[in-house]
Amino acid sequence: MTAALYVPGAGPVHRAPAGLKLGLLAALAVGLFVADRLEVVAGALAGVLLIGLGVARLPGRALLAQVRPVWPWLLALLAFHLVFTGWHTGTVVVLRLLALVTAAAVVTATTRVTALVAVVEWLARPLAVFGVRPARIGLVIAMTLRFIPLIAERAQRIREAQAARGADGFRFQALVPLLIQVLRLAHTLGEALDARGADAPAPSPRRAGASAP
Amino acid sequence: MKSRDLAYVALFAAITAVLGLLPAVPVPGIPVPITAQTLGVMLAGSVLGARRGGLALLTFLVVVAAGLPLLSGGRGGLGVFVGPSAGYLYSWPIAAFVIGFLTQLTWRRFNLAWAMVANLVGGVAVIYALGIPFTSIYGDVSLTAAATGSLSFIPGDLVKAGIASVVAVAVHKAYPVIELPRRRPAAG
Repeated sequence: MTAALYVPGAGPVHRAPAGLKLGLLAALAVGLFVADRLEVVAGALAGVLLIGLGVARLPGRALLAQVRPVWPWLLALLAFHLVFTGWHTGTVVVLRLLALVTAAAVVTATTRVTALVAVVEWLARPLAVFGVRPARIGLVIAMTLRFIPLIAERAQRIREAQAARGADGFRFQALVPLLIQVLRLAHTLGEALDARGADAPAPSPRRAGASAP
Repeated sequence: MKSRDLAYVALFAAITAVLGLLPAVPVPGIPVPITAQTLGVMLAGSVLGARRGGLALLTFLVVVAAGLPLLSGGRGGLGVFVGPSAGYLYSWPIAAFVIGFLTQLTWRRFNLAWAMVANLVGGVAVIYALGIPFTSIYGDVSLTAAATGSLSFIPGDLVKAGIASVVAVAVHKAYPVIELPRRRPAAG
């Protein structure tokens, strides 16, 4: 149901470390707002397209699909600037938007979900000072992905039960029994995790010894 | 955080994702159809409280950023985080935190009125307070122009705040998840 936006490939862009790609994307976002000149944003867009279509060999469709949701924004911003400030600012704003969204689409299409999650865990490492355990981020994400089809299924069941009693369509009152059902489920899952030692404050010495080379 | 809290966090991240799967509801008299996703923000805050609610939405954003198309309309990936409406997205964890904070503040006398206050302040005001300036800076447009564009969403947000508040009060009675610290902590 949830097909990731990753497009398989083996080129240099696919192989580049996820952290590097994310860092470059962030740098591009900042850079294009600091240097907001027409030739800079136009050059950036050309460069991004060259990397995405030329080097990474992504199908144009894959990039277009991710850029499509911003079309209404693009038109609205262009219209605003043509009326109020002139075509120059409008072009800069629109090209910057296209360059950034396309660059983000390239990173998304060439990087696996697991690799991006690993970057998030790496970024969260300094938070260990505050008692955050980065390894648990992966656990939370895994639970989230498991919960999505489960909640959809429970919602369907409640809707059917209500239809059997003569109610038509989904009613928001159904949210209450649904929420209570899934909250109980999450509670049980939490207890099950604790029972299996997921809440242990640190790996036990025996385990640490076993995993050492 | 206990494992149970992690499960709750994951649960509301997932609920926000499922709400994005619901088709947008066209409402007579409002030009823009309502999507149910910010209902997830409001429910996370008002059921889980500040910390877990904020983390739930943060988890949701991480999953979207990692490339899963879980935003309403099947959007996802990093593109939405560098687009003109990204400010609204960034505001979600903060909004859920604020809703949760206000809910915890009024937890002992929690009722529909307090729930509405929390959801309107956190779920509507906070979101626009971050989303509108972001669009304004991003698109090089005036604050007024950026605000005008989002006015059409206000009626839908009011409806969602109402729904979230009714649900929050019912869950508060039937299955309260927020635990307040004891007034006098037990010795030892």
